[in-house]
Amino acid sequence: MGQVKSLADLRKIKEELQGKMSLREKSNNPESLVQVKVAMATCGIASGAKQVMDFFIEEFDKRNIQAVVTQTGCMGYCFAEPTVEITLPGKEPVVFGYVDTRKADDIIEKYVKNGELVEGIIPVNYETIEKK
Amino acid sequence: MAKYKMHVLVCGGTGCHASESDTLLENLKTIVADKGLDNEVQVIATGCFGFCEKGPIVKIMPDNTFYTQVCPADAREIVEEHLIKGRKVNRLLYVDPENKEHISDSKHMGFYKKQLRIALRNCGFIDPENIDEYISRDGYEALAKCLTEMTPQQVIEEMKKSGLRGRGGGGFSTGLKWEITSKSVSDIKYVVCNADEGDPGAFMDRSILEGDPHSVIEAMAICGYCIGASYGLVYIRAEYPLAIDRLKTAINQAREYGLLGQDILGTGFAFDIELRYGAGAFVCGEETALIHSMEGLRGEPTVKPPFPSVSGYYEKPTNVNNVETFANVPVIINKGAEWFASIGTEKSKGTKVFALAGKINNVGLIEVPMGTTLREVIYEIGGGIKDGKKFKAVQTGGPSGGCLTEKHLDTPIDYDNLLASGSMMGSGGMIVMDEDDCMVSMAKFYLDFTVEESCGKCSPCRIGNKRLYEILDKITQGKGTRDDIDSLRNLSHVIKDTALCGLGQTSPNPVLSTIDNFWDEYIEHVTDKKCRSGQCKALLQYYIDPENCVGCTACARNCPVNAISGERKGIHVIDQATCIKCGACLEKCKFNAVFIK
Repeated sequence: MGQVKSLADLRKIKEELQGKMSLREKSNNPESLVQVKVAMATCGIASGAKQVMDFFIEEFDKRNIQAVVTQTGCMGYCFAEPTVEITLPGKEPVVFGYVDTRKADDIIEKYVKNGELVEGIIPVNYETIEKK
Repeated sequence: MAKYKMHVLVCGGTGCHASESDTLLENLKTIVADKGLDNEVQVIATGCFGFCEKGPIVKIMPDNTFYTQVCPADAREIVEEHLIKGRKVNRLLYVDPENKEHISDSKHMGFYKKQLRIALRNCGFIDPENIDEYISRDGYEALAKCLTEMTPQQVIEEMKKSGLRGRGGGGFSTGLKWEITSKSVSDIKYVVCNADEGDPGAFMDRSILEGDPHSVIEAMAICGYCIGASYGLVYIRAEYPLAIDRLKTAINQAREYGLLGQDILGTGFAFDIELRYGAGAFVCGEETALIHSMEGLRGEPTVKPPFPSVSGYYEKPTNVNNVETFANVPVIINKGAEWFASIGTEKSKGTKVFALAGKINNVGLIEVPMGTTLREVIYEIGGGIKDGKKFKAVQTGGPSGGCLTEKHLDTPIDYDNLLASGSMMGSGGMIVMDEDDCMVSMAKFYLDFTVEESCGKCSPCRIGNKRLYEILDKITQGKGTRDDIDSLRNLSHVIKDTALCGLGQTSPNPVLSTIDNFWDEYIEHVTDKKCRSGQCKALLQYYIDPENCVGCTACARNCPVNAISGERKGIHVIDQATCIKCGACLEKCKFNAVFIK
């Protein structure tokens, strides 16, 4: 990178660089962002969870949605892989099953943007130790 | 450009470095590359996370997983389990000392909950050797704003309004200091950064320079713009090699980007920085001594006035500020003086970094808003006293400060409250002591330090402190009298009133504050010849309990001075005149017959 000649220059460089740091910046306050967890155990990966995760990361970026995408272990819904848990700010997490890239696109457009539910939701039928 | 999904931050501070975090970093990088993840996972060395008690630290983003005490050999498991399969490595997670639960997320750790990080904003978050990461977090934006949108006078006004006070200990208004230097008329002026951190136990300046060197460089340039200086000097001790390396790298990067040098950002303003190394003398933290040392003279203080802001480095006006003070400056310019002034107490604004050390669970570096109480710092952030012992005192301000006791626990910490309590802010070292610490010995320890570090120029400091040390030593030997305590007090006041510089004027503080707060203990030492904590060896007496003694002769055989006599299977007795109180008998007795009184 060349010399920074002016304030405008500095701001331009900053904007270019912020993409690299956004992952860290976002994780400072994930509660205020869309949080996506992709189940990435063996069965998930075999069913294409990796492509789905990449898709989420790239599309959120393209569609300008502030989100944190993380991978997690097996959620137990191996019949419905790839599974994805989405937490909108201030809402309870919702788990979606059978998520391929087309479904992921649907989820972003309908659920993430408008809060509209889409097909394939796996109801929570267990309790966690925190709630007990 | 590769789009990383995960960032693995490895602490590269001196503390973690000493525990092989550099090998760990290499291992992580190699294994990540072996697994073909180098396009998805970025491994970065950062500055200090502050949680030095449990280093080396590895933090994984975006899920904020906080791994503690990670060895180079753990790299494989972290990559294979966490990075590939998304399963956290439980055994490396931080365990809450109270409920023994694993805490996966740094946001839920008591250590971080109460902290507000301004000076340490980038430490443990960015790669200190990469200027780009600093720029992406508003780096050099403050400098640009000052140069293009504000006059020097406006910047000084902003600094004055913010209420920032010198973080090196004195607590002088930074804005005012800049104003005075800016008004001195001279062809050449200097900006000096005081990185001669000498307080035993304090390491915030080192951590800032290691973790976020650009923030100091940027602030020095801003200061240069305000006071009309185009030269900056960092006086740093040679025993901080990592900080020196990182600072050099940062200065070179800033030069390459044109953020140091001629015509910065096309405004015509020129500024450059050089390093000056100190040999690690405590007195060189005093600004006049520091300046003499930089000039190649002896590191001795001279009488003020003239203040350095009028006549300093080579008799030119010189503005000296501490590292932590500088680190606050860019944030104040970016976020505004009102924002900064809204944090803290009436007369002490912003935050303060403290180095927690001593008998406390979470040893490390913390930053809290001014006005936080000692109780919050020690019990909530510090995790309480080690091994469940009882809190006795905390020494703040290092050898120039004093000790605070239980009755001060709920005092909000700021410059004025600490002074009123008989201590001082100092550079922010906090040494916590428990019931096993003897306060007379503590005062003696600090006097030992001052005697060693006194430059010897003025007699109150050179001779007076030596005498203080001797009297304290006499008391800990069990040879003290009531008169000695009075002499300690009188001599302390004389030294305070007559010593030449800050070092001498404050060196009796540990003595005075322990006499004030622990009068009983001094009296016990001189009249009852007792040390309740058992630290003053000369005041202890070992006895053998005739009821428990079975006459095994183990004690007598192990006594190095043959002070124990007694027949086999008969009761043994210790001759107090010969006993050297080494404790060997206590250690060897299997029948609990040896005790201390």
